[in-house]
Amino acid sequence: MSAEEKKPQERVGVYVCHCGTNIAGVVNVEDVSTWAGEKLKDQGVVVSRDYKFMCSSLGQELIQNDIKEFGLTRVVVAACSPHLHEQTFRTACKGADLNPYLCELVSIREQVSWVHTDKDAATEKSKAIISGGVSRVVHHEPLEPLYVSIHPATLIVGGGIAGIQAALEIADAGYPVYLVEREPSIGGHMAQFDKTFPTLDCSACILTPKMVQVGNHPNITLLTYSEVEKVDGFVGNFVVSIRKRARSVNEADCTGCGICWEKCPKKVIDDKFEVGIGYRKAVYTPFPQAVPKYPVIDRENCIYYEKGTCKACEKFCPTGAINFAQEDEIMNVEVGNIILATGWDLFDARRIPNYGYGRLPNVFTSMEFERLSNAAGPTGGQIVLRDGKTVPKSVAIIHCVGSRDKNYNNYCSSICCMQSLKFAHLVHERTGATVYNCYIDIRTPAKAYDEFYQRLIEEGTLFIRGKVAEVTDAALSPAEEGKLVIQVEDTLIGKQRRIPVDMVVLSAALEPRADSKEVAKRFGISCSADGWFIEKHPKLDPVATMTEGIYIAGVVQGPKDIPASVVQGAAAAARVLGKIQQKEIALEPVRATVNEEQCSGCRICNDLCPFSAILFHEDKMVSEINPALCQGCGTCVAACPAGAISGTGFSNEQILSQIDGLLFLNIKSKEAVKA
Amino acid sequence: MTETTEKKPFEPTIIGFTCNWCSYRAADMAGISRMKYAHNVRLIRLMCSGRLDPTFIFKAFAGGADAVLISGCHPGDCHYVNQNYKALRRFHLVTRVLEQLGIAPARLKLLWASAAEGAIFASEVTKFVEDVRALGPLNWNGAEALPEIEKEEVPA
Repeated sequence: MSAEEKKPQERVGVYVCHCGTNIAGVVNVEDVSTWAGEKLKDQGVVVSRDYKFMCSSLGQELIQNDIKEFGLTRVVVAACSPHLHEQTFRTACKGADLNPYLCELVSIREQVSWVHTDKDAATEKSKAIISGGVSRVVHHEPLEPLYVSIHPATLIVGGGIAGIQAALEIADAGYPVYLVEREPSIGGHMAQFDKTFPTLDCSACILTPKMVQVGNHPNITLLTYSEVEKVDGFVGNFVVSIRKRARSVNEADCTGCGICWEKCPKKVIDDKFEVGIGYRKAVYTPFPQAVPKYPVIDRENCIYYEKGTCKACEKFCPTGAINFAQEDEIMNVEVGNIILATGWDLFDARRIPNYGYGRLPNVFTSMEFERLSNAAGPTGGQIVLRDGKTVPKSVAIIHCVGSRDKNYNNYCSSICCMQSLKFAHLVHERTGATVYNCYIDIRTPAKAYDEFYQRLIEEGTLFIRGKVAEVTDAALSPAEEGKLVIQVEDTLIGKQRRIPVDMVVLSAALEPRADSKEVAKRFGISCSADGWFIEKHPKLDPVATMTEGIYIAGVVQGPKDIPASVVQGAAAAARVLGKIQQKEIALEPVRATVNEEQCSGCRICNDLCPFSAILFHEDKMVSEINPALCQGCGTCVAACPAGAISGTGFSNEQILSQIDGLLFLNIKSKEAVKA
Repeated sequence: MTETTEKKPFEPTIIGFTCNWCSYRAADMAGISRMKYAHNVRLIRLMCSGRLDPTFIFKAFAGGADAVLISGCHPGDCHYVNQNYKALRRFHLVTRVLEQLGIAPARLKLLWASAAEGAIFASEVTKFVEDVRALGPLNWNGAEALPEIEKEEVPA
């Protein structure tokens, strides 16, 4: 090729990692390394080595010493996925004064040793992959990272405990935060609970002070009853448009005195905060300690919006804060980083018809039970049946409803065991009823959790190991008359049992928000098959995402309890603060550039770019790419009919050579056949 | 020359193009989950399936690949908004060109795989390898071999 003529011969070093036995157990790494040293000499390989752990400091030193000793100009490391250690080896090269982008990491672990069992085939494939890497790396260009400034403000979506924690951490550190919450108040699910396990301290007592702190914090702009509509830009420089839905109440005038909801004549079933077992008014705050304290008018249920008359709230409002004509407002804010803490939805227990929820009145969901047992709930904390007065004498709590069940969700919802134990304790304490807990396995792995389980056993809660088949009101004996009967196989005694009870509580699964896929798309991150947002690394980077500048915290990443959500909120905040304090960060210099000489001005590329990064200069009749907007996808590179656009890091030469390299063995074997 | 030795079945060579965000991570996921699949596919990572220049496909066939796999994020999930739709268009375009060149269009496969779909990636790759194995070797042996193809492929 002509490119080879003009290029001085590169000096390539090849490093094959054993990864302990992860690679070496399947791939003959010594053979691969020797082969590369001998057969790829023409491609520029001057040294090829294998080593137990290339990513270890000794492995990195080995590469660094070779760079100096052999005057290497290119490095190929055959090890794990570039998504794991590309940065490690680039940094190692940089340490030996070799431009980090002259290093190529090829994967022979995720793509070879972990997925293949045939040792010969795996060894041959590794050779091909290394050959591809070597052919490609000689066409790498030294690159410098792009630096972008980081806007000091942060957007946090979701005002549950994870979002609250993150907001306070960042705001306390002195940086501005926009906290966006869909509901009229922050607090999330935690605000609905009465007690928190295993300490049984009152949820509101520990949550509301934090909510107040958020509401009063000078660095936090609280936007409740609001939703993010659009996100533009990239790390450090996001532009977010937020729809502030019309509250029909002027926040500047409202004092939160509560006269409006006292006077409002329209009672509405509260299917959000009270999960359908309590009432609110058409003008309301979800609960008395709501932050902010301003109510909203629910326009779907308000008599004025329906019939054009009433205005009771307006008449009685002492400050004239009611504003029926208020309209939604769109706010555009600039932020450097975004934390998503959008939480979860409760599994709809009606999806399991044999448990009778929605059909049998005294079957309750876990969330209904939370409200029932809450001192501020519709019954003032009285645990009673659906009729509102009868105290149950026996209660069955069913674990894993919609979790650990291949018909619904395979995952464990993580909180249900402890939550069910808490329920059992509350029933005992307040009613003295007999409590049955039907479980598959009891999972109490965190601090002081198993002690709580032991305590419940001592309190006399009856544990039945078995998945409940059915909850029915069809009595087979006089003792079952007028009761709910749970049909369950007690697997510890190996017997089918029918247990008549007055009340059944279903510990329903935590599920991703119904709109989680849409939200993920809006923010450019991905969802797992279940719908939880995917973290950058499940162990080592649990709050970052693949999209630079977007972090996740709380249940949105996967089911977890309050302490774990708080930890993630704080962790995400720490990550963001780290970014903000860097003031500017380096981005991968993978960008497209237009060669003006070759550009014919056809403008085909202009409309292809989803980031509007391509400008057309009418005067020169050429296109130009704005490197700050370009994200490096390379679509324009592939589309340019004149070949005038090149993509750094992914140039045609690099890719075409890699194809050659990958097929090197085939070509060799065919030449052998011909000869 | 379709020499099929009695002992070994034909092992096709397949070049696969993946995007950086979904399909390469699907391959990573298959690895992390230790799912086993056929060893015949060698991957090239692009930033986006939209980067796929049709030339790459022809280059792979010309260089001795028996088949080419293109994979990217699911429609609607593209990290770059919608560039995988461009890959889809090019896939259809190239399929037609291959047909005109006398190459079975089934030698080019398009696979959408999200970062979570390691299992799908693994099973689809194995399936593709079986399909290509059934088609037999391509023998499109470099640019100078073009006339040979007319001799070998068309009458067959």
